[in-house]
Amino acid sequence: MTFSIPVDLFPLSAAVLASIACALLGNFLVLRRMSLMGDAISHSVLPGLVIAFMIASSRSPLVMFLGAAIAGALTVVLVEVVKRLGRVEPGAAMGVVFSVLFALGVLLIEQSRSSGVDLDASCVLHGQLETLVWWSADAPNSLAGLWSSDTLRAVPRQVWTLLVMAALSLVFVVGFFKEMRIASFDPALATTQGFSAGGMHYALMLFVAGATVAAFEAVGSILVIAMLICPGATARLLTDRLSTQIVWSVAIAIASALLGYFGATMIPGWFDRAPVNAAGTMGVTSGVLLVATIFASPSHGVIARMLRRTAMARTVALEDLLASLYRAREAGEQGVPIDSVPTRVCKRARARGFVERANGSITLTPTGEAEAATLVRRHRLWEHYLVDRAGFAPDHVHAPAEILEHTGLGPETGPETDPHGRIIP
Amino acid sequence: MNTPPLIASVPAWGEVLDTLLLRASATSTTVVLGTALLGFAAGVIGVFALLRKRALVCDALSHATLPGLCIAFIVGSALGVNGMSMPLLLAGAACTGVLAVLAINAILRHTRLREDAAIGIVLSVFFAAGVVGLSYAQDPNNVSSSAAGLGHFIFGQAAAMRRHEVWMMGGLAITSVLAALLLLKEFAMVCFNDAFARVTGWRVGLIDLMMMALVVLVTVAGLQAVGLVLVIAMLIIPPVAARFWTERLPVLIALAGALGALGGYIGAVLSSLVENQPAGAVIVLTSGGVFLISMLLAPTRGVFAVLRRRWALRLRIAREHLLELACERGTAGSLTQADIQRVAQLRGWSGFTARIVLLSLRSRKEITRTGTTIALTPSGAARGERVRRNHALWERYLVRYADVAPSHVDWSVDQVEHVLSDELIAELETELASVTAGAP
Repeated sequence: MTFSIPVDLFPLSAAVLASIACALLGNFLVLRRMSLMGDAISHSVLPGLVIAFMIASSRSPLVMFLGAAIAGALTVVLVEVVKRLGRVEPGAAMGVVFSVLFALGVLLIEQSRSSGVDLDASCVLHGQLETLVWWSADAPNSLAGLWSSDTLRAVPRQVWTLLVMAALSLVFVVGFFKEMRIASFDPALATTQGFSAGGMHYALMLFVAGATVAAFEAVGSILVIAMLICPGATARLLTDRLSTQIVWSVAIAIASALLGYFGATMIPGWFDRAPVNAAGTMGVTSGVLLVATIFASPSHGVIARMLRRTAMARTVALEDLLASLYRAREAGEQGVPIDSVPTRVCKRARARGFVERANGSITLTPTGEAEAATLVRRHRLWEHYLVDRAGFAPDHVHAPAEILEHTGLGPETGPETDPHGRIIP
Repeated sequence: MNTPPLIASVPAWGEVLDTLLLRASATSTTVVLGTALLGFAAGVIGVFALLRKRALVCDALSHATLPGLCIAFIVGSALGVNGMSMPLLLAGAACTGVLAVLAINAILRHTRLREDAAIGIVLSVFFAAGVVGLSYAQDPNNVSSSAAGLGHFIFGQAAAMRRHEVWMMGGLAITSVLAALLLLKEFAMVCFNDAFARVTGWRVGLIDLMMMALVVLVTVAGLQAVGLVLVIAMLIIPPVAARFWTERLPVLIALAGALGALGGYIGAVLSSLVENQPAGAVIVLTSGGVFLISMLLAPTRGVFAVLRRRWALRLRIAREHLLELACERGTAGSLTQADIQRVAQLRGWSGFTARIVLLSLRSRKEITRTGTTIALTPSGAARGERVRRNHALWERYLVRYADVAPSHVDWSVDQVEHVLSDELIAELETELASVTAGAP
């Protein structure tokens, strides 16, 4: 991995800053089920940008931001209007609004291109991260050389914009954390607490529009969606706490930016190929991280859930074996024939010293007996509870108790017999 | 500042007419016909995507065709086939499009992420992969054949449509109509009540699959003309627009097809007449215009119609309040300015509203005005009496059957008295036969 300051410093900082700004806000989009609003806004800021650009004929960040903010707000309002007045389903309302606005943007870009304005429809889609190189000839080649006032002057406009946007998003998310949390989970409560959930909604939308615009030049309008949604969604699969989720999402965003950026040059480099589009690899990396998390998340991952399920199934099988042996002994039988028991379950029970085998049948050891007694006790206590307190018929309680017996501990003292008249051990 | 003209050259009317009537050059005729047919097919199929609430899934699908196009091109070129061969590219596009739909379903099934997040993730990540593929394919060191045309799939290039592609679009239009006709019952069942369809033994998964296959077909066919970013608009906008005009599914399908064709037709004509017009964007904007007109002007569901009905109802209620008051005063129905002011204050009317109400009453010949006092005509008095009676009946009903305290009934009755149907009044009268009119 090679890192050259003139070539890589600014694109990389732009990528990281854009990812952070988007990820911070994206958490709330994912939580509030408004991811697609981010999608719609990132498509429809385009005409706002182009019109602002045509009127002011400059790329001054403030003008662009203003244009995009107006377009973003207009999108939110138009989607509402189409949804309410036209009674159109929300997804379709969004689809109609953003595709028409995006088409308008594309048309305007083509028009403005003929009049010599420097905007390009394709950089709208993939950004221009690679153009942010340090153009001046005296760019330093070592990190030590960065400590000079020249560095500040050389930082491109896009990076400043992104820095401001990331800082603003951070202030918004940290400063209004409590309000955003309540407004996201319980808008009605937010209103009774004296701040407007609708206001928070529009504030979030405004910030999303801002972050979209700031990030748009670097990574393009569609890949912004990946930056907005993927880190938050990935973090959502790692934790149940919102504050932890936000920290995770930022970490994931930085990781996708770094891995994606270097992946764009490095991986093709292994095969002697030219670098590919870095914004694209960043989007793909965030997707790869998400897929990895879907499988490997310790709490919500597919693998973890599968393992938990298997462990549970084993416990249940073992406990069912012990309980059936206990009942057999109660009925006066000497053990259970070994071939009526699944070999693996039997092996596990023997390994833990619960059963022993003699003359082709298995019987409980003293430890196994004690274990089985607590289990059967739980089963019969549940049966008693279901009949006594939950109003079940005595002949209907065995099946639910068979499931419930594997969970929870019974009380120390209780009734002597179960509904069927059997003694509770 | 020197503002450049928005449209470089305005075409002459004769030229516009020629293109509209397909008398212009063979190329523009081909393009116009092709996009109109495409618009028709997309509108018909889009109806089901809309009703099944899959609008944005289709958007993810169309964005996800980009990596497929790139992979097909790169693999095709590496194998020595012409990388730009259309069937190869479209097959690749269809593959990743289908993959995207499967990915959305897998995310929904195996994680706790919601549909919105799943669609956004799949759309953006697949598109990112496409962007990477595009930058790889466009580097001449990587792929021997030229990938110059690949980028056109993003925003479309309708002008490149050839004669045989028009036949293809025609085939697509016929397929979509046939599918809509043959599978109408199945599709309608799944769209409107999939749970019922499932318990009555329909293979919902299979029907969904067929629906999705048709969407993929239309999307892939539309890639070249309108581009993958905007193909969603051709699928969704015509059905949403048509939905304003009708409540019946067969009519909806026909209308959506017609509006789609119209959007494609006008859009293609416009873009072929003016230079530098990306056809896809113009077609989408034309459909957007059709949508706007439908939303505002449709006779029953349109915004203006809804507002007009709402205003008419409010005006009627206001009129009835005034007539009711006049009758209640028992002075054989005459009102002074002070009375009207009191009602206005009570109901929160502005002076303007009060004047409108009076004007409306006079135009309906329910009041006459002599000097400053206002008198009810016989028809006005009859109506006032009827409203009063409705009020009393409903009040009685609430007190007697709905256990509302007599001191609490008046306000809610004020809202209901205006909307009681004649049948309901008759029923109340027999129900409360023992009761004569008057306050409880």
